[in-house]
Amino acid sequence: MLIFAGQRFGWVKDLQANLSIVATPFYWVGDIPSKISEWSDENIRSRKTLIADNERFTAESLLLKAQVQKLASLEAENVRLRELLNSSAILDDSVLVAEMVGVSPDPLHHQIIVNKGKKDGLYVGQPVTDALGLMGQIIEVGPLQSRVLLITDASHALPVQINRNGVRSVAEGVGLFHELILQHVAATTDIKVGDLLVSSGLGQRFPVGYPVAVVTEVTIDPGQAFAIVKAKPSAALNRSRHVLLVFSNRREGSAAVEPE
Amino acid sequence: MSPSNGHWVIALTLLMALWLAIVPLPVWAQWGRPELVAMVLVYWVIALPERVGIGIAWVVGLLQDIMQGSPLGQHAFALAVLAYVSLILYQRLRMYPPIQQAGVIFVLIGLNQLLCHWVETLTGTVSPNLLFLLPALVSALLWPLLSVFLRVLRRAYYVT
Repeated sequence: MLIFAGQRFGWVKDLQANLSIVATPFYWVGDIPSKISEWSDENIRSRKTLIADNERFTAESLLLKAQVQKLASLEAENVRLRELLNSSAILDDSVLVAEMVGVSPDPLHHQIIVNKGKKDGLYVGQPVTDALGLMGQIIEVGPLQSRVLLITDASHALPVQINRNGVRSVAEGVGLFHELILQHVAATTDIKVGDLLVSSGLGQRFPVGYPVAVVTEVTIDPGQAFAIVKAKPSAALNRSRHVLLVFSNRREGSAAVEPE
Repeated sequence: MSPSNGHWVIALTLLMALWLAIVPLPVWAQWGRPELVAMVLVYWVIALPERVGIGIAWVVGLLQDIMQGSPLGQHAFALAVLAYVSLILYQRLRMYPPIQQAGVIFVLIGLNQLLCHWVETLTGTVSPNLLFLLPALVSALLWPLLSVFLRVLRRAYYVT
């Protein structure tokens, strides 16, 4: 039967991805209300808010410029140090901005639909981030739209490391938008509430160093073999409207692993 | 007037339901999304069993699968079963008062949810609780409203 064929053979998945072009107009229409609210947000504004926004942006831009200056010197230093260590410098990743056009209607599946597809060069397994952190990966590429599996989906897991000391772990989704769980963390591991988890790049799927989550809870129960560690995703998973699709240069040449 | 009439009304209501099935809902309402596609389909099967049957149910379910990204065939299977049960029951269902119809709809949508959930568990997504049955209740509550609305449409456009 079709359900089983879909599980066993890849071509059914490809077919479904290509057929998703049928769904595009539906999602487009479904997106109209939020488009309207966005438009009105942009166009119907008082002079006062505009001035306030302008001031805020100027201040922010100044701040960011200052940080970028520092970043340039840091980057140069980083390259120098890496040369000393005889390791290759991390290549820059190029990104593509996409807009979210739909969410999965099933609360069991944390998936979103973005308005870019095969014609933009997307591929299955491509990492997706927003301004704050890693969001997920592409699992289905249609001609005009693609489906993104979020890191909080119960079937998703990604390798992370603690930014402070480099301890590696695996962050699994549990089906809640505000929670990730670190599996199999030994009770003696140096991990504290507030630690930033970044992607470790070990799965060869996600690039190194993108912020993933912040540890919110560490419970060490002497009766359990492992500590229970919970973390809150950095990305605004259920609020971000614009997402970044990362084209990771490092990935080329490495064999792509089929997602589950 | 041709012997059968108003293909487009049936198609349009089904498309409408398919579209409403993917409209984003606020978080508190996500678990209770009524299964409009199944409800509209069951209505047409009861009203016009000679026109809408298992085949159409299967195609509509396939469309729903494509749109929602669920395993291809999941909704197709569930809706085909639903259409089959409705085809057996339609003569009795037509006689029932709305409340009793809603009771049957509760069971039918519950069956739909169970079948969908069964396929989901096959593919590895396990629901942590029984909340996935909530749409059955919501659908049953909405059924009297929907059936009146669709009957008005059917009478107005002479869908036979």
